[in-house]
Amino acid sequence: MDFLLLVGRWLVDPAHWQGSDGIPTRLVEHIHLSVESVVIGALIALPVGVTLGHYGRFGALAINISNAGRAIPSFGILVIAFQVFGLGDLPIVLALTALAVPPMVTNSYVALREVDPDIRDAARGMGYRELAQVLRVELPLAVPLIMAGIRTSAVQVVATATLAALIAGGGLGRYIVDGLATQDYVKTAAGALLVAVLALATELSLAWVQRLLVPRGIRLLNAPVAARATAFKVA
Amino acid sequence: MEQGPFLAYVDPWINWDWLSTHISLVLGALGEHIELTAIALGAGLLIAVPLGVAAHRSAGLRLAALGFFGAFYTIPSLALFALLIPFTHLGGTTAEIPLIGYNVSILVRNVLVGLDAVPRDVLDAADGMGYRPLPRLLRVELPLALPSIFAGLRVATVSTIGIVTITALIGLGGLGSLIDKGLVENFHTPLVVAMILSVALALTADLLVVMAQRVAVPWARPV
Repeated sequence: MDFLLLVGRWLVDPAHWQGSDGIPTRLVEHIHLSVESVVIGALIALPVGVTLGHYGRFGALAINISNAGRAIPSFGILVIAFQVFGLGDLPIVLALTALAVPPMVTNSYVALREVDPDIRDAARGMGYRELAQVLRVELPLAVPLIMAGIRTSAVQVVATATLAALIAGGGLGRYIVDGLATQDYVKTAAGALLVAVLALATELSLAWVQRLLVPRGIRLLNAPVAARATAFKVA
Repeated sequence: MEQGPFLAYVDPWINWDWLSTHISLVLGALGEHIELTAIALGAGLLIAVPLGVAAHRSAGLRLAALGFFGAFYTIPSLALFALLIPFTHLGGTTAEIPLIGYNVSILVRNVLVGLDAVPRDVLDAADGMGYRPLPRLLRVELPLALPSIFAGLRVATVSTIGIVTITALIGLGGLGSLIDKGLVENFHTPLVVAMILSVALALTADLLVVMAQRVAVPWARPV
């Protein structure tokens, strides 16, 4: 219990809430790296997944990209990006973006595939053109699973951004990595606690965004999403 | 990295001389990696199957198990390792607790999905044939849930092999120690070797699970 007290004291120490190694700075760095990577990843992955899902093409590719993504160690990807591109945010964002893409492609593909064919036919029968059908009929129905993919990616990016400290990046991982290097396990545990809270907060806030985005009429279909979404954990 | 004009040595992606003299180091790391992975998967299965069966019976336990392990799964591995060090110290236990927990998270969900999908008619038929609850579970329900459990096992296997590389940061061996060596010494070969072996190990393990599934569940072909 003494140890937890020390961690608590570290966290409330005003010295750790200011300066370039302060918690607010590190938190902003962590969020900045993560948001940038998830947004770039989404801009690449969602159009690909939605298009492949709408036409029902290259399904094996869309599914297997997640299997491949799971198999490639995130730690190694970061180190390779560092050795190729050197210091800075660029290698970190590139590596994190590469990790963010697979679950979003797979889930948005599956989401579009799972739209009831009768509903597609009905939309066509009502005179929807193809683009309108995708945007106004298929996408709203696919939102729960697409959001599950974005959530999975975001949580994994936040988790992997912790490792960015190993390649001289910022973020909350700094406390864990620096603490490990100096055997300051109070600092390490405090950093770990902050990272854990940030990961849980990411999950919960995106679950809340999902609730806002899902059309009320299909909330009832929401329950089995967890079982259909691709499990993806790389860090 | 930037080199001066007098040190214009280009580090190749694979230095075969280094590899040939360090083959025992590489194989040792691979062996440690396999051991860490096997323990995490074995213990994960041993916990997840009974827990899934129990949670299938009790709505309260289902909610608690899915909630707890859902949150656990969200927490990054490095954070869990770091939080455990003061209590379980640097070493295998600190690495295995999070790895096992992640595998339980994946597997318990798939055990539940598999058991939920057993058709009511099949259960009625088994009851009508005089199966008691335990034999019905072991000989009817669990076999029908196997495809879903195997699907979870494949995801768990490949994920675990990737995450085990991170255990190098808390001083364990495995292929992550070669990635770390590549990072610290700014030397490509151990890094590239570790990446290739890690992906190859994941693919091989996945194939082994698929083959085990074909033997155990000949009526359902894996996708």
